[in-house]
Amino acid sequence: MSMGHIQTEPLDAMAIRNRVASPEFGGLVVFEGVVRDHHKGKGVTRLVYTSYDAMAESMCAELVAEGEHRWPVKLAVVHRVGDIPVGETAIVVVAAAAHRGAAFEACRWLLDSVKSKVPIWKREYYSDGTTDWVDPTHG
Amino acid sequence: MTTTTSRNTTYRVHLFARYAELLGHSAIEIQLSEGATGLDLVGGLRVLPGGDLLPAAPFLAVNLCHVPLSTRLNPSDEIALLPPMAGG
Repeated sequence: MSMGHIQTEPLDAMAIRNRVASPEFGGLVVFEGVVRDHHKGKGVTRLVYTSYDAMAESMCAELVAEGEHRWPVKLAVVHRVGDIPVGETAIVVVAAAAHRGAAFEACRWLLDSVKSKVPIWKREYYSDGTTDWVDPTHG
Repeated sequence: MTTTTSRNTTYRVHLFARYAELLGHSAIEIQLSEGATGLDLVGGLRVLPGGDLLPAAPFLAVNLCHVPLSTRLNPSDEIALLPPMAGG
């Protein structure tokens, strides 16, 4: 399995972590993005993620390669798509390095890059029965 | 969906998320002049029913890569208009 990947199944952060862990790495950062129950003051019951699958897979793999070129790290990112209830994980990013500095930097960079560049979208379903696409360019 | 105008080359564009809902289709075939750019494509889509709500400068992808709207399109390209990314 690629270190940059899209899937519909629930995410297992420990399994993804174990893909990059190695005795040479003393710093290992695991980030989980979890569906929360509120957004801009409205109650959220679930998110439905969709993606441009082929491009999203390709871009995740490219970003992992780019990050591993920029920092002395090993990276992995897996994004879940489909219907995800509150409390479940939508994305896992792992960065492993000999020391913590590179691991923290690369993990944050990879997460931010996925959020801004990879063609994935989410529709929020609110507790008042309404729904809307999330648009980060609007506030 | 296929949209025909007086132009002469057919381009197929994939639509996602909000843009697919606006235009009512996940893919549209549209005829533009040969050598049309991404901007020409957006202009052609914005005159379709629902297309008036598309932004003037959406993100464009060609063959799975982000490209500027000034990019010239080839009918064999895999073309997609992308709403603002919202993963994570």
